Order: sequence, then structure tokens, then C-alpha cells
Amino acid sequence: MKILVTVKEVATVEDEFEIEGTAIADQYLGADLNEWDDYAIEEAVQLQEDGIADEVVTVTIGPEDCEQTIRQALAKGADRAVRIWDDSLEGVDLLDVNAKTEILSAVIEEEDPDLVLTGVQAGDDSFGATGVSVAEHLGYQWGAVVNHLEHDLDDGVASVRRELEGGVEELTDVELPAVLTIQTGINEPRYASLRGIRQAQRKPLDVQGLDDLGVDDSAVDSDLELTDMYEPESESDVTVWEGGAEETAAELGDLLRDKGVAP
Amino acid sequence: MSDVLAVADHRRGELRDVSYEIITAGRQLADETGGDLHLAVISGTVDDFAEKLNREGVDAIHTVSHGEEFNHDVYTQAITQLYDELAPQFVLTPNSVNGLDYAPAVAKALDLPVVTDTVGLETDGDTLVATREMYGGKVETTNELSGEAVATIRGAEWPAAEGTGDASVEAFDADIDEDAVGSTVTGFEEVGGGDVDISEADVLVSVGRGIEEEDNLPLIEELADALDATISSSRPIVDNGWLPKNRQVGQSGKVVTPDVYIAIGISGAVQHVAGMKGSDTIVAINTDPNAPIMDIADYAIHDDLFDVVPALTEEFQ
Ligand SMILES: Cc1cc2nc3c(=O)[nH]c(=O)nc-3n(C[C@H](O)[C@H](O)[C@H](O)COP(=O)(O)OP(=O)(O)OC[C@H]3O[C@@H](n4cnc5c(N)ncnc54)[C@H](O)[C@@H]3O)c2cc1C
Ligand SMILES: Nc1ncnc2c1ncn2[C@@H]1O[C@H](COP(=O)(O)O)[C@@H](O)[C@H]1O
Repeated sequence: MKILVTVKEVATVEDEFEIEGTAIADQYLGADLNEWDDYAIEEAVQLQEDGIADEVVTVTIGPEDCEQTIRQALAKGADRAVRIWDDSLEGVDLLDVNAKTEILSAVIEEEDPDLVLTGVQAGDDSFGATGVSVAEHLGYQWGAVVNHLEHDLDDGVASVRRELEGGVEELTDVELPAVLTIQTGINEPRYASLRGIRQAQRKPLDVQGLDDLGVDDSAVDSDLELTDMYEPESESDVTVWEGGAEETAAELGDLLRDKGVAP
Repeated sequence: MSDVLAVADHRRGELRDVSYEIITAGRQLADETGGDLHLAVISGTVDDFAEKLNREGVDAIHTVSHGEEFNHDVYTQAITQLYDELAPQFVLTPNSVNGLDYAPAVAKALDLPVVTDTVGLETDGDTLVATREMYGGKVETTNELSGEAVATIRGAEWPAAEGTGDASVEAFDADIDEDAVGSTVTGFEEVGGGDVDISEADVLVSVGRGIEEEDNLPLIEELADALDATISSSRPIVDNGWLPKNRQVGQSGKVVTPDVYIAIGISGAVQHVAGMKGSDTIVAINTDPNAPIMDIADYAIHDDLFDVVPALTEEFQ
């Protein structure tokens, strides 16, 4: 069985930052493998180690800069990677769910996997929607917010647990082919070994443009136009204690005694 | 083309709070478009649900009686058929775990734009302006969509609708294609039980990813001991297996309302805040002055937990 994992390099923001127009100024941004995708990669690699998957392919929509993140996924055990980029994506400031769905679906159609694993959400723009949208578009079955997957996949069925609110889990059987959106905590993502990192350098990383995929340029026109970005207003009147740790700890100590909750 | 169709959320026989909040959000949009607010309630004891949901502001309730529990294929089919019948401008669903299991599919099936986890919605009748967060709540953005759209709303952002309404209640005869239902719910399980109930505690010393390593946890344990308090945590600490599931505060963990909640190295992501914002007094210890937890904290120390926590423990030893 073949597994495809969608992998996003997410933008991270420093503690102190500035907003320029509708974006965070570049010098305050960093990059990281999306936390949720890390768990999806691990799950796929474990399915391979358990002899259930024969091949694990990753797909990323992103510029050349994100190849480091892709190599990280390869170092953890994925077999090969596809990266999608195109001039028409260069100036796009927000790739919305429908645009991502068009592009990822084209790759999935070409690769024809039995199982697609995405993250529940991307840590930066957090739509939490791409996996289910892709599934509907392709006619795959799906399950959102999966925190357990039985590793037998017998009879073309994935038995999963979906994590609902308030400590309740739903047990669901999903027919394959399917897209599962993977929740943190489903496994323990490994660190890449030195050997893995060396091997990753030699694994295939294939770059494709929209033309190669037969996706029209207009697919990347976002339905959403980002019109403003600002820091949210505080809902509380926060009292900030200043000074060294001794002083601030003393302030907090006094508060706890005042409230009668500390000895 | 000016109506709003909102979808209720329920689980195991009970309507969830967001079902009443979505009425408020939907009513406001319908007022702005000059249209009607339709509410759909799908599966379960729909007549009983419809009665409860008949609050001020709802024009019509459409019940789809099919199965007991949530199934995303049934929801997707029922909502797309209701859409064809009612031709609303906006479809609103909760941004719950189940909402995220069907809203993107509904949007795709109807070929509509989708915007998720909105905390504010406004329209001039043509353009929808959706407010949402990015980067774990560090910034808020406004996003414009023109024409029809599907939007999911964050829970506890709109007040619950009140009063008794006079909506028409109609059974909608959805034509559910069973062959297209590709997933089956086989059961439910409660997790996170055990000997400790953090929702009973008066003081919670709550630890997040700022603690960095499992080996640093004794620092928090010593503080909790000195204060005679209970330890809780954010999700990553439980995901890493450093504390058991019954210590997790938040959307998928426990809701807590202690007298004092001390958030140590916790950023305050919405799913965490959902579990602790009802605390009497919230104290945050965090190196990042812009962490979202600061927006709901009553007291804050912008400093390194590795300096502040030992000093605080010392105070009480
Ligand atoms: C469907 C779903 C359900 C979820 N359910 C939950 C849930 O129930 N509960 C939950 O908690 N999360 C939940 N999450 C995850 C949530 O989105 C966040 O990822 C999580 O809450 C982040 O935890 P954190 O604040 O500990 O970590 P981070 O967001 O990484 O924050 C760490 C904080 O520590 C601070 N820090 C770092 N070093 C120091 C230091 N030395 N001293 C002081 N401060 C320091 C940093 O400034 C930062 O603010 C859920 C997510 C999804 C998608
Ligand atoms: N640019 C991208 N490239 C590859 N996968 C992506 C991209 N954006 C989102 N995804 C996948 O879709 C999941 C959900 O993202 P989102 O719906 O944007 O929150 C992520 O966890 C990724 O697995």
C-alpha cells in the first residue's frame, strides 16, 4: 500500500514582531515543519515499519527555501518527496483551502495512494480544512482529527479514533482510499538519526510546476482576500509585575496569600 | 440569495452550546443581508432538538431525521440538498471537531469558498468580512469573500440566543444515498479518567511547552507541593507522555474553574483557553509579552519560568 503525506513548512513568529501591511515583517519570521504533519509522517513511517505500507511519499506546496523541511521528513523515513512551486504562486500572500485542494488533489491523482495523511491544521494559518476538502474533491473517504489508527487496514478499512471535545473519542471505520487528518499525540515523532539525515540527501525530491500537474493558473486565485492584520485587543486588564524574579515571585506570593489559597 | 443557513451541533443526545451561539451569529448576518435565518438540525432526536432551538431570531428550522449520531456523509448530503432547496447566501457551521469533519466537504461539493474558525462576521449583503486569528492567536486578520460562502464559527465568541421563537419547523426529506456513506461510527469512549480530577482543584499550577524537558518537571512539582496545589498542563505535555491525559486542560481535555490558575510557559492557544478562561484569577508566567495568554490573564510576569518558579517555591518553603 502506498501512503502520501502532505507536509507544510509553517511560518513561526518571534516573541517581539512588527506587522507591515497585511503580513508580519520578514525579519521576525522563522520556519518549521508543521507540528501536526510531523505526527502524520511518523504514523506513515510506522505503517511502513509494520509492513503495511510499501512506499511513503510526501507532498509540499512551497518555494525552494522549504527543501530543508522536506529533507527533515525524508530523514525521518519517507521514501521520496514532491515539491510544487510555480511562478504564479510567487506573489500569493494567502493560499486558501480551495487553491491548496486543487494543487494537492492533482498530485494525489497522479500518485494514486491508498491512504493520505494530512495534519489536522497548519500551525500558522490554521484553516483545519485542507484534508477533508481534498477528500471530497477526489471522492476519497475521510476522517478528521484522528488520534489513533489501527495498524491492520484489513479489508480496505481503516479503524480510527476521532478525538472529539471534552475527552470523548469516537470509534469509526473508514473505507479506503481515504484521507485522515492527524492529531498530535497519535504517536511519538522520532528525531531524525544521523544516518537518516545522510540518506535523505540522496532521496528523490521532484519539483513540479502547475503546468506539469495540468492545474490552471487561475486555481491559485484565492477566494479570500486578506485585508487587515493587527494585534488582538486584550480582554482583561492585566497587571504586569516588573522587576527581578525575587520581586515578581514575592508579588505573586502576596496575591496567593491575599486570596487565601496559599499556606 | 440573501438567506443564511446555520447548522446545529449535538452529540450523544445533547445539543452543544455552539448551537445556540450560531443562531446569534446567523441572525446578525441575516439582518445585514435582509434575509431569513434557517437552522438545520440533522440526526438524533430532531423534534426535541428543534423545540429547544426555537429561540428568538430563527425563521425556520429544518429537521433531517436520519440516524442517531453524527455522520459526515449524511451531514454533507443533507446540507447540500438543503442548499439547493433554500439557495442561501451563507452557510454557517460550528468550528467543532465535527464541524471540521463536514464543512470543508460541503464547501467543496457546492464549489463555494470556505473560511474557518471565524471570531467575527459582517456583511454588506455582497461581501463577507470574516475575522480570524493566525499564528496561534498572536495576530488577528480580516478576510473578504465575495458572493456565497461557507463559514465555520468558533465556539464561545457569540452570545447564546435566548427567548422563545416562532420559527416554522419542517421535516426536510433528504435523499440520503447510503452507498455513498463510507464511514461508520462503531462507538464512543471517554478518556482521561483516573484518580485525579483537576476540575475539583482550588489552585492549579499548570505547565506548558515552555518547560522544555521532562527532566524539568520536578520544578513544577516542588511549587505545587509548596502551594498545596494540583498540577495540570497544556496539551503538548500530555502528548509527550510527561503527564497523564487527566491533567490536560482545554478543548479536548478538561474544563477547569479554579480560584487561581497559574499558567507557566503556556502560550494560550484557543483550544487551551477554552478549558480555563472561567478561572477566577489567571496568572501567566511567560517570557513572551505578546503571548495570547496575556489577553486573558489578570496578572502577568514576563520572565523566565526557570528563574521565577524556584523563587516562588522558596517563598512558601
Ligand atoms: C483540535 C485541537 C484540539 C486541541 N486541544 C487542546 C487542549 O485540550 N488543550 C491544549 O492545551 N491544547 C490543545 N490543542 C493544542 C493547541 O492548539 C496548542 O498547540 C497548545 O495549547 C500549545 O501548548 P503550549 O502553550 O504549552 O505550547 P506553545 O504554544 O509552544 O507555548 C509555549 C509558551 O511557553 C513560553 N516559554 C518558552 N520558554 C519559556 C520560559 N523559559 N519561561 C517562560 N515561558 C516560556 C513561550 O513564550 C510560549 O508562549 C488542540 C489543538 C487542536 C487542533
Ligand atoms: N502548502 C502546503 N503544502 C503541503 N501540505 C499542506 C500545505 N498547506 C496545508 N497542507 C496540509 O493540510 C493540513 C491542514 O492545513 P490547513 O487546512 O491549512 O490548516 C496541513 O497539516 C498539511 O498537511
